[in-house]
Amino acid sequence: MTDLIRLTAAETAAKVATGEVSAVEVAQAHLDRIAEVDGGEHGGVHAFLHVDTDGALAAAKAIDGKRAAGEELGPLAGVPLAMKDVVVTRGLPTTSGSKILQGWIPPYDATITTRIKDAGIVMLGKTNMDEFAMGSSTENSAYGPTRNPWDQTKIPGGSSGGSSAAVAAFEAPLSIGTDTGGSIRQPAAVTGIVGHKPTYGAVSRYGLIAFSSSLDQAGPFARTVLDTALLYEAIAGHDPLDSTSLDVPVAPVVAAAREGANGDLAGVKVGVIRELGGEGYEPGVTAAFEAAVATLKGLGAEIVEVSCHSFDYALAAYYLIAPSECSSNLARFDAVRYGLRVGDDGNNSLEDVMSLTREAGFGPEVKRRIMIGTYALSSGYYDAYYGQAQKVRRLIADDFNKAFAQVDVLVSPTAPTVAFGIGEVLDPLTMYKNDLATLPASLAGVPAISVPAGLSEGLPVGLQIIAPTLQDDRCFKVAAAFESASPFPEIPS
Amino acid sequence: MTFATVEDVLAKYEPTFGLETHVELNTKSKMFCGCSTDFGGEPNTRTCPTCLGLPGALPAVNALAIESTIKIGLALNCSIATWCRFARKNYFYPDMPKNFQTSQYDEPLCFDGYLDVEVDGVTHRVGIERVHMEEDTGKNTHVGGATGRIHGADYSLVDFNRAGIPLIEIVTKPVPGTGALAPEVAKAYVTALRDILRTLGVSDVRMEQGSLRCDVNTSLAPLGATEWGTRTETKNVNSLRSVERAVRSEMIRQAGLLDAGQRILQETRHFQETTGETRPGRSKEEATDYRHFPELDLVPVAPAPEWVEQIRANLPELPAARRARLVESLGVSADDLQQMSNAGVVELVGETVEAGAPVAEARNWWQGYLTQQANAKEVETAELNITPAHVARVIALVADGTLSTALARQAVDGVLETGDDVDAVIAAKGLKKVSDTGALEAAADAAIAADPDAAQKIRDGKVAAVGALVGQVMKATRGQADAAAVREILLRKLGQA
Amino acid sequence: MPDSHLSPRVSTSDVAHLARLARLAVTDAELDTFAQQLDVILGAVARVAELDVADVQPMSHAVALTNVFRPDEVRPSLPREDVLAGAPAVEDDKFRVPRILAEEA
Repeated sequence: MTDLIRLTAAETAAKVATGEVSAVEVAQAHLDRIAEVDGGEHGGVHAFLHVDTDGALAAAKAIDGKRAAGEELGPLAGVPLAMKDVVVTRGLPTTSGSKILQGWIPPYDATITTRIKDAGIVMLGKTNMDEFAMGSSTENSAYGPTRNPWDQTKIPGGSSGGSSAAVAAFEAPLSIGTDTGGSIRQPAAVTGIVGHKPTYGAVSRYGLIAFSSSLDQAGPFARTVLDTALLYEAIAGHDPLDSTSLDVPVAPVVAAAREGANGDLAGVKVGVIRELGGEGYEPGVTAAFEAAVATLKGLGAEIVEVSCHSFDYALAAYYLIAPSECSSNLARFDAVRYGLRVGDDGNNSLEDVMSLTREAGFGPEVKRRIMIGTYALSSGYYDAYYGQAQKVRRLIADDFNKAFAQVDVLVSPTAPTVAFGIGEVLDPLTMYKNDLATLPASLAGVPAISVPAGLSEGLPVGLQIIAPTLQDDRCFKVAAAFESASPFPEIPS
Repeated sequence: MTFATVEDVLAKYEPTFGLETHVELNTKSKMFCGCSTDFGGEPNTRTCPTCLGLPGALPAVNALAIESTIKIGLALNCSIATWCRFARKNYFYPDMPKNFQTSQYDEPLCFDGYLDVEVDGVTHRVGIERVHMEEDTGKNTHVGGATGRIHGADYSLVDFNRAGIPLIEIVTKPVPGTGALAPEVAKAYVTALRDILRTLGVSDVRMEQGSLRCDVNTSLAPLGATEWGTRTETKNVNSLRSVERAVRSEMIRQAGLLDAGQRILQETRHFQETTGETRPGRSKEEATDYRHFPELDLVPVAPAPEWVEQIRANLPELPAARRARLVESLGVSADDLQQMSNAGVVELVGETVEAGAPVAEARNWWQGYLTQQANAKEVETAELNITPAHVARVIALVADGTLSTALARQAVDGVLETGDDVDAVIAAKGLKKVSDTGALEAAADAAIAADPDAAQKIRDGKVAAVGALVGQVMKATRGQADAAAVREILLRKLGQA
Repeated sequence: MPDSHLSPRVSTSDVAHLARLARLAVTDAELDTFAQQLDVILGAVARVAELDVADVQPMSHAVALTNVFRPDEVRPSLPREDVLAGAPAVEDDKFRVPRILAEEA
């Protein structure tokens, strides 16, 4: 039998649908793989914080039952998936990578959790992440790091490092991450898989533990562009429970991926963003990127250089906006209704218990961002910091609009470096610079995908493809074309 | 100088007041989620991820709340924003599920309006700064302290059923120039506001139940000063009477301090129902920085002008307009109108007339017996259980002879007690005029037999003496006899008819 | 890189103040580290002041939606067991909290 864990999601779904394999066999194969490679806090990939063996097998069995009864199955029925622990899952522990939610069992499902279950996708468990989605390496997890399957001394990226590593390690063909400043795209790039940040509003945020409300988006990870597209279509679409979700038809990304696979980019104008490259980008990354651009050109695309001056300020604007929003979003963790409670000794006041709990329950990066956000929103500082950052955000959106008037998609390296060593980057500001290339698209809310584009020093490099708002299908078309001409490096296992 | 009255204060100082009023809307579901707004209910049974502030939850705006807010704004002559947003007001408190309140900050939905209120025939215009939407908190109960209050409590218990109830905040502009009438004008404003809200049907507006809450701001400035004085905010003002008392007591307190050369602390004070005075709240070391910023889980509210105009066109007749119309249709003199107004019965009389009663009878009931009853019970006349419809019915039943005046009074008493329909009360109490001639004849005979002296006087021509006998018959029939018929029967029997 | 006129100097007392506002019982040791780190970060983000944005409309949202409302309909609430299940302390079906210092706002 073909090694089930090496199959793509599309292939798996097809085999399940015909009955060639059972969903239970598929689930079991992946659970075995997890047991084999995932290890835990002190060794192994450590992609997972919680494996739901019983739940996964039960869901798989249900799919097999439906098939046996002749019921119609969805395009991903029976395919296993790993869910980032920032997504609320009823009855399954959900920590957001933080001690403050240790042991919390949600009483409700996120909308995307419901959609995934309804699609017959088999959720294997919850994956590790930087605490409250703040980070670029998954080292900020309160539960220990995740290790890059390419080299377990290296970070898998962040904040969705667990979800990305799970797919790269063949522990699941699909996973869900969230992207606020690059937290899907950058892990995808450094673990050599595909990851997509949807247009802001395309995927419901109801049930996503909020980091930065105006930036957070859930999105798909997979090893192929088509798989990523299939998962996108399973989760995207309007949700009345999320007032910021767009009431528009789901972008036809699967069709676009299939169309793109024929490798024809004639007539497509591709813009190379000058500001997202050069100083701060490793030479190996730059070289891989240039090769990728050459590949696109070889497929018939016209390559144009564009300049988006405001992008140089994206990092500054983001690290004002996101912390400001999170300082407010994280205020609810107060030891009253759920989560950790510390210091309730009969003497301490509630105010003390709240402060002691948050001190004990949040890691340093979270505390830093809460304090920066509190500062930036303070009266007297608001205009100069948060207010100013919102104006810079408008300039960034305008630069995208101007660029898209000239070109169909924009490209850049996804991240300035390949995976660095666990424990290597200790300075917060240096860590923030992992997001240099991904931040602009986050701030503007436009869709962006990262696809594997070769190796540098044996480690994966990602190509970022950005499209105008609501045109997620354009990302997938170009990504699929690129994939057809530049096969993704095989992940060592 | 001692300040004991408002007049004393006015000798040296000019008062300015302002009011912040919170109104609970009577929507079926909460502001940002579908949980029921029904009162009562076991603790923590009307909550969901959103109003509990669970991780991952998001708000969704109640459309009716938007419409109700616009109605209120239009009724208060406000401009309606063409584009506005919700904003977060960030602070920690255990009854706050998110530790921020989703409210509106510098972009209220309605702004810049006014409400004219009349006191003693003089109209005062109270400017309305803004009308905006926000959500209520959960409720804390404090355990272990002597009084159940937060001081000295050992711990507290939180119920989130009321978290997320839609609240509308109405803020006046500062109101100067009311002089000695400041307390009355403040009360008149809240009364008029309450009446408007009731007419609009957007809230139960019961101050005792908390669906209408007032915070009163008061400041004094020396006569002729060009700047406002320091203002204090008084909370826990739970009735119309308390509004008036709170302003009065603050004016007097502040005058005493200012006159002694002391500063007024800008602070929050609490009104004490029992003493009529205010006491300081716990002082805060620093003013809270709420770090307002736009609520990004919600999108802007941009009511279409056509929609606003449609709401405006469908507004019910507001109290001021109705009053003007009634006054015209009642056709009473200015003096009469003033009397009725002072008694607070203009609308009541008007509605009674609309229900078919003649003006004089309507006035008679409302300005007479019913005002007496209201005073005895220490409530507003409008708060009595009896309504204009009841009174009109009673008047009609007297006019057609079904009820005598005495029976009418008994019927009214029954309605005051139970609030039931007039006819139901009559049936329950058996208040029927006894017109059965046989019974009346028998009662007349009994009365004549019991008082032969009076009977003889009547036979002798002293017709006036029949009054005593009529009285006896009325007593015997518990007032239900038709007095006129009884008189006639007696006189006939005694040879005088 | 030249300091903009906004370049902050974040002192340990500033950090203590922020920590109080944010209900974080930051330790003395942390105060110094955070002060240094925040100073660097705030210095970097203060760059936003370099751009001329006088005539620029702020953008708080990537999504150009307005008027998203839901009808005034009652939906089922969570069962009380679910509501209280994760609570650190419960009494009389309410969330129990230690004594509160500050008065209601």
